[in-house]
Amino acid sequence: MGRIRVLKRQEPLGWRSCLVLFGAAGVSLVLSGILLGLQDRPPLTAMGVLFQGAFGSAWAIEDCLIKAVPIYLCSLGVAVAFRLQVWNIGAEGQFALGAVGATAAALYFPDLPWFLLLPYMALAAFIAGGSWGLIPALLKIRMRANEIIVTLMMNYIAILFLDYLVYGAWKDPASFGFPMTPTFTESAIVGRIGDTHLNWGLALCAVCGLLVWIFFRYTLLGYELKASGENVRAARYARLPYERLVILVMVLSGALAGWAGFIEASATLNRLQPSIMVGYGYTAIVVAWLARLNPLFIGLASFLLAGLRVGVENLQLELQVPAAFGQIMEGLILLTVLAGGFFTEYRLRLRPRP
Amino acid sequence: MTREILISLLAATVQSGTPILYATLGEIFTERSGILNLGVEGIMLVGALAGFLGAKFTGSPVSGFLLGGVFGMGLAGIHGLVCIGFNGNQVVSGLALTILGTGLANYLGTPFIGQSAPGFSPWPVPVLSRIPILGEIFFQHDFLIYISYLVPPLMWLFFRYTRWGLGLRAAGEHPAAAAAAGLNIYRFRWAGVLTGGFLAGLGGAYLSLAYTHLWTSGLTAGRGWIAVALVIFAFWHPLRAFLGAYLFGGVMAFQFRLQALGADLPSSLLLMLPYGLTILVLVLSSWRARGDQAPAFLGINVEPSE
Repeated sequence: MGRIRVLKRQEPLGWRSCLVLFGAAGVSLVLSGILLGLQDRPPLTAMGVLFQGAFGSAWAIEDCLIKAVPIYLCSLGVAVAFRLQVWNIGAEGQFALGAVGATAAALYFPDLPWFLLLPYMALAAFIAGGSWGLIPALLKIRMRANEIIVTLMMNYIAILFLDYLVYGAWKDPASFGFPMTPTFTESAIVGRIGDTHLNWGLALCAVCGLLVWIFFRYTLLGYELKASGENVRAARYARLPYERLVILVMVLSGALAGWAGFIEASATLNRLQPSIMVGYGYTAIVVAWLARLNPLFIGLASFLLAGLRVGVENLQLELQVPAAFGQIMEGLILLTVLAGGFFTEYRLRLRPRP
Repeated sequence: MTREILISLLAATVQSGTPILYATLGEIFTERSGILNLGVEGIMLVGALAGFLGAKFTGSPVSGFLLGGVFGMGLAGIHGLVCIGFNGNQVVSGLALTILGTGLANYLGTPFIGQSAPGFSPWPVPVLSRIPILGEIFFQHDFLIYISYLVPPLMWLFFRYTRWGLGLRAAGEHPAAAAAAGLNIYRFRWAGVLTGGFLAGLGGAYLSLAYTHLWTSGLTAGRGWIAVALVIFAFWHPLRAFLGAYLFGGVMAFQFRLQALGADLPSSLLLMLPYGLTILVLVLSSWRARGDQAPAFLGINVEPSE
C-alpha cells in the first residue's frame, strides 16, 4: 500500500476533461447493464433498445426535443443559483407553481386573444415560480435557514397544492372524476413550430439561454455574481451585494422553472393534471452539474437526459423494465461524473518500490 | 375517554417518530465527522426495501431489520467513495444518492407493491409497561422502539467520553489539527458515513417492518429530508434528536387521526403539515443557533496530501 501518490495538477486538463465525462458515462452504463443482467435481462440488447428508442427515429428525436424543453429551462435556473453556490433544489416545486400560475390565467381569462393570454400566462408563471424561489432566499438571508432543506420541503408543499387544486376547485366537471382541469382554450395553448410536433417553447429556451449567457459574460452584475460564487467571504469583503444577489438568482431560478411548468401545461398537456410532475426538476440538477453550469452544454445535456427518459419508455414497452431504471442511471451518471472530477484536479503517480 | 385518546395519540407519536429518530441519529453521526450526507431519503428507501425483502425471504423480521441497516450502509459507502475517496462535491453527491436510492427502491420494489412481510408486533416491557401513563406511552411497543431509546445516550457517551468519539468530532471540527496530532481523518470520516448509513437504513427498515407492514412505493415520503433538517434543530446533539423526532411523530400521528376521523379538510392540505413544520422548525433553530453550532468543517473535503 501507499505506492500511489496523489498530485495536484498544475494546469487545467482542458479538452481532455471530456474523456473523464465519457469514462464516467461508460462506467455508469456498465453498472446499469450489470443491474439488468442480474434480473436476467440481456444487457446489450437492452442498451440497444434504449438507444434505438431515444435516437433511432425522427419521431423519437422530436420527442427528446419536446422533453428537453422543460428540463432545459429548469436546469438553466438551477445553474444560475449554483453559480452563486446557492443550492436551489426546488426546481420541482417552482415548476409546479409555474404550471399552477399559468393555469390560473388560462382558466380565469379563457376569452382573451392569444397575443394577450399567452404573455399573461407567462407573467403569472414567472410570478408564481419566482415567489416560490423568493421565499427560501429571504429565509436564507434573514434567518440563515438552509436553502437546500427549505426548497426541498417547498417541493412537497407545491405538489400537494397542485393536487389540492386539480382534485378540488379546478376539477373539470366533465372528467368523470379524474383529477384534471378542463382543456385550455385554443388561445391558451403555445403553438407548434410549422408541421412538426415541436412547440415554441424550444425558441423560449434559446432566448433564455442566450440571455443568461450574455448576463454572465458581459454584464457587471453577472461578473459580480460569478465572483461571489467563487468566494463568498471575499465577495462580502469587497462589498459585493451578496444578499441582493441571492434574491436575484433565486427569483430568476424559480421563474425559469415556472416557465417550464407553463410550457408543459400549455403546450404538452393542454391542461393541468397531477401527471405533469415527472421529476424534471430533479433531472435538471443532474443536467446542470453535468454541463458545468454552462448554458450551451446544458442544452446538450438536457437533450441527452431527455433521450434517456424517452429510451427508458421504449425499454419499458419492449422488455418490461420498470421506469425507475432511468432514475438509477441518472443517479449513477452523476455519481461517476463527480468521482471522475478527481482526475481533472489530481493526477496519480506510481511510486517506485523503495 | 379523552385520557385514552390522548395516550393513544402520544403512543402513536413515539411510533411514527422512531424511523425519523433513527435517521436523524445517523445523520448526526455522519455530520459530526465532517461529511454532509443529503442522501438520507434514498438510503431510508433502500433500507425499507431491503428490510422488507429480507424479512419476506428469510421469514425473520430481525434479520430483515439488520439487512436494512447493512444495505443503508452500502449505499452510504457510495457517498463515502465519491466524497472521501474522490473528493467529490458532498452536496451534489448526496442528491445523486437520493436519486439513485429512490430509483433502486422503485425499480427493485415494483413487483412487491401491496405485499406484506412478517414484521414486528408489540411486546410490552414486563414491569415498566404497567406504570400509569408513561408506561402506556413508552413501553407497549415493539422491540425496535426500545432499542431506539438506547442509541442517543450511547452516542452521547461515545462522543463525550471515548477516544474514538473525540477523533470523530475532531475530523469534523478541525481535520488539519487532527491530522497533525497523528489521527487518520479519512478513517474517522469513513466510520461516520458508514455508521450513519447503517442507522438511516434501520430507520427505513422500521417503516416497512413495524410501521406499515407492507411495501408501497415512496414509503418514506420525505422523512429522510426531515431528518436532515432535524439535525440542525438538534444542534448536532444526539439527545436533542428525541425532541425533534417526536415532534414530527406527533404531527404525523395527529394528521393521520384527523384524516381517519374524516375531518372536513382536503387530505392534500393536511399532508402539507409536516413539510411546513419542517421549514418552521428549521427557520427558528437556525435563527437561534446563528449557524455556529455546526461542525466547522462540515461539507468540506480534506485535500489528499502529497
